[in-house]
Amino acid sequence: MSAIELCGITKRWGDTVAVRDVSFKVEQGTFAVLLGPSGCGKSTSLRMIAGLEDISDGQLLIGDVDMTTAQPAERKLSMVFQSYALFPHLDVRENILFGLKIRKIPAAEQEIRLTRVAELVGLSALLERKPAQLSGGQRQRVALARAFIAENPICLMDEPLSNLDAKLRHEMRIEIRALQQRLQTTVVYVTHDQAEAMSMADKVILIREGQIEQEGTPDELYNKPATTFVAAFVGTPPMNLIDPKKMGQIPALTDTSDGSPILGVRPENITLVTEGGLESELLSADYLGADTIITARIGQEELLIRAAGRVNVLKPRPARIRWQKEDVHFFDRNSGKRTDRTKAVDF
Amino acid sequence: MNQRRSRFQIHGWLLLMPAAIFLIAFTYYPTLATLAKSFFSQGNAIKPSRFVGLENYEFLITDEVFWKVVGNNVIYAATTIPISIALALLMAVWVNGRLPMKSLVRMSFFTPTVLPMIAVANIWLFFYSPDIGLIDQITSSFGIASHNWLGDPDTVLGCIIVITIWKEAGFFMIFYLAALQTLSPELEEAARLEGASRWYYFRRVMFPLLMPTTLFVLINAIINSFKLVDQLFILTKGGPDNASSLLLYYIYEVAFSFLDQAYASTLTVVLLLALAIIAIGQFVFLDKKVHYR
Repeated sequence: MSAIELCGITKRWGDTVAVRDVSFKVEQGTFAVLLGPSGCGKSTSLRMIAGLEDISDGQLLIGDVDMTTAQPAERKLSMVFQSYALFPHLDVRENILFGLKIRKIPAAEQEIRLTRVAELVGLSALLERKPAQLSGGQRQRVALARAFIAENPICLMDEPLSNLDAKLRHEMRIEIRALQQRLQTTVVYVTHDQAEAMSMADKVILIREGQIEQEGTPDELYNKPATTFVAAFVGTPPMNLIDPKKMGQIPALTDTSDGSPILGVRPENITLVTEGGLESELLSADYLGADTIITARIGQEELLIRAAGRVNVLKPRPARIRWQKEDVHFFDRNSGKRTDRTKAVDF
Repeated sequence: MNQRRSRFQIHGWLLLMPAAIFLIAFTYYPTLATLAKSFFSQGNAIKPSRFVGLENYEFLITDEVFWKVVGNNVIYAATTIPISIALALLMAVWVNGRLPMKSLVRMSFFTPTVLPMIAVANIWLFFYSPDIGLIDQITSSFGIASHNWLGDPDTVLGCIIVITIWKEAGFFMIFYLAALQTLSPELEEAARLEGASRWYYFRRVMFPLLMPTTLFVLINAIINSFKLVDQLFILTKGGPDNASSLLLYYIYEVAFSFLDQAYASTLTVVLLLALAIIAIGQFVFLDKKVHYR
């Protein structure tokens, strides 16, 4: 039994199709991330699961029960909004207890649950404050507490960290993941930040223009991208996608030349070598502390190289680079789909 | 050092002066002059004005018309204020939602506000006219006898109240509409996910968040209930038998029809006192209950 199952879900507004025939399953206790660029339909998908948006076509199952047209409250799920959606006139306690009061949970149990949840997210000392008196991170915690106190098996999160600064975002990432694992909640989490997806998810569903581009573990998306889009979207800096034909006179990189596929190599898999490899010109370097991102050129193609430590490129200079054949991905030139027919060779 | 400070102060006073001159000339001086005048008798060519102490106030206490008018004004305020605010809120919530021809509906709610009160009164005069008026024409088609709405002391105040509500509700709706549009739709979505009914959401979230607007609208409504008397000039002139007269209209009559400016001043002082007490009360008691963001 899956916690959530989408079967051919479509969302139309007039003539525009925001989400087209999307199907996926989220198993009980899984942390699933809907990843994609802005406007790809990931938030709309989430809102359809929540029941805040009508489903134009398709079927939605929550715990094997058809919930396609059910009211939001019937779906037994909580949601954390991007803006947190805290009630500004209510203090933290009332915000967290809002749902329990609607459902008329006995006061004694409300208190027990409140104490437990407040402790869980570290808000015990702040229960009498108004949202305006809290920092961004604390507001985020209130929103999480309000979601978790309901003890619903499913929690939806719509870009919950995008209003926080980088450091806090990193902390909350770890915290949310830890909470989810502790409570064994099924989480569907929407983000456009691939680093967030990679670090938190059990399962990533990458969406592009309302359709699923690839679905899998972070490992699979990183190591076996299904398309050039996935290859370019996952990983920072993104995978180099190069056309061997534009690289000028170089040794053979593949065992065949038929179809002439696009070649993908991750920047971290390219090394600078003193002899052998390919001749290239280093154009510039971006020093990041632990490593340096170098822009290099071979023929007409530019590619990025991630080198450990500091590498100086004050003005363009020649250098030799190489990669291992195991690190090469091939994609069909026309469809952009991964192809395993072509094999890479060492050079 | 001292010289520089006094130069600073002169500078400050000069900057304040334009506003101060207007306030003093048109607000503070008239108020004080009115207060002073209320302690003097009305003078004329033969009998000059003289100091009479509280004589005007003693007369006021025994003046039956004054008490009648105060009674009218209390009824007028107690009905127009809550009904127009409630209607305004209802209309605002309605036109804030998804609605076909939303802007047309909004505009028609707001139109009464744009019209001058004198024009409004003339329109309603046509509605209320006995026999030929719109209301009587409609009721007569159901076989109900015609009624002189504005000529009957029992119905005239009600007629005035209806007009005022009709005119004010649209105006207050605009403020509520503006406030509603600053509310994040995510608040309502969060409440819906928790299973809150629309009424529960209104009671626990929307209405408390609209409290600053309600306070503002309430103050306006109270002030208007004492100062908006234009319609009386067209419709009833306070009659019949002062049944529709309001305090400000009575003050006008005393001052400019009966030409007793001393007594009019006395009435004005009472009106000012009443308004001041209401205003202080509102800010002291209600301000604490209002959530400002």
